[in-house]
Amino acid sequence: MVECIECGAALTLHDDVETGEIVDCGTCGAELEVIAVDPVEVDTAPELQQDWGE
Amino acid sequence: MDATVGVAYSRIRRDEKLLLSALRERGHTVEKIDVRKQRFGLESNEALESVDVLVDRCLATSRSRYLTQFAESYGVPVVNRAETADVCADKVKTSLALSDAGVPTPETTVAFTTEAALEAIESFGYPCVLKPVVGSWGRLMAKVDSRSAAEAVLEHKATLGHYEHSIFYVQEFVEKPGRDIRVVAVDGEPVAAMTRSSAHWLTNAAQGAEVAPFEPDERARELVARASEAVGGGLLGVDLMETGDDYTVHEVNHTVEFKALNDAVEVDVPAAVVDWLESVVGGTADADETVGDADEAAGDADEAVGDADGMDRDTERAERQSPGTLETGGD
Repeated sequence: MVECIECGAALTLHDDVETGEIVDCGTCGAELEVIAVDPVEVDTAPELQQDWGE
Repeated sequence: MDATVGVAYSRIRRDEKLLLSALRERGHTVEKIDVRKQRFGLESNEALESVDVLVDRCLATSRSRYLTQFAESYGVPVVNRAETADVCADKVKTSLALSDAGVPTPETTVAFTTEAALEAIESFGYPCVLKPVVGSWGRLMAKVDSRSAAEAVLEHKATLGHYEHSIFYVQEFVEKPGRDIRVVAVDGEPVAAMTRSSAHWLTNAAQGAEVAPFEPDERARELVARASEAVGGGLLGVDLMETGDDYTVHEVNHTVEFKALNDAVEVDVPAAVVDWLESVVGGTADADETVGDADEAAGDADEAVGDADGMDRDTERAERQSPGTLETGGD
């Protein structure tokens, strides 16, 4: 359980969550990046850049 | 053989999670390397020192291109290689590589000014396609249906700011049957393939296309192998369009996403990728042993230098960067 840094809602994440993973806040829709897993911490996810892709 | 696999990333997508799980299930040590936190010196990078192979999963093409160059300079085997990343990251370079190798690819003209680009568009006729030279997921792709649309798109591109938007990449519009084909391949050998279907002219999975398994025929397999070789090999996503009696290869992706493919096919794609990575590491280890033995026989004083595997730095770099080293792997 971690708090959304945008709206403060409680987020429940999967047990296998990875640092670097992006999760959506189900309440406000914010994209959050998992920056630590023990304990879980989230930050605002980086904005999409032009050269992102595969 | 347990290996230490570095996975360079800036975002862990579902693709990376699948890959990480597959690597850990095989007992490999995984070093996740967030490239946003790294500093790359001309001689070394601490995070890369302990890995047997580095898998480039950078989301940003620019980072991918430099990361792979640093890794190779340090003597760290990297998937994909810098040459491959450099070619695949740039649509102009990809088109030239495919054309030079005789691989069918859509007819393309590049122009440096809006005036010359408009002439190129008029020469193709309508519709034709304008693409950014760097980009993915179908973003900023324009199907141009008329001269007035062409003028508007060119004006917008010219004012976008980045110089790359003033390299005008104009391509014929290929009448495909509502779908294209994505083949994930390792050194030219297909792992699995799918069709991507959409009523929209863009059929990227990232644009919401429907996917279904596809069995490449002999011709498709041949073109995948040749396209792979043309860009330097490795783990690739080769995109083909059906043109009636043949195929045309329109894109080769070097940090290929495979989650949609993995959902569409029976093959365990990440497991197959790990199989291939193990062969890459195996090939590198074999080469290390050979060189190490030769050094020992010569009785030189490498140990005194403190090099764990008894190879001097230049030899190590040369061995690890050799294409043969990566391609002749296998346990």
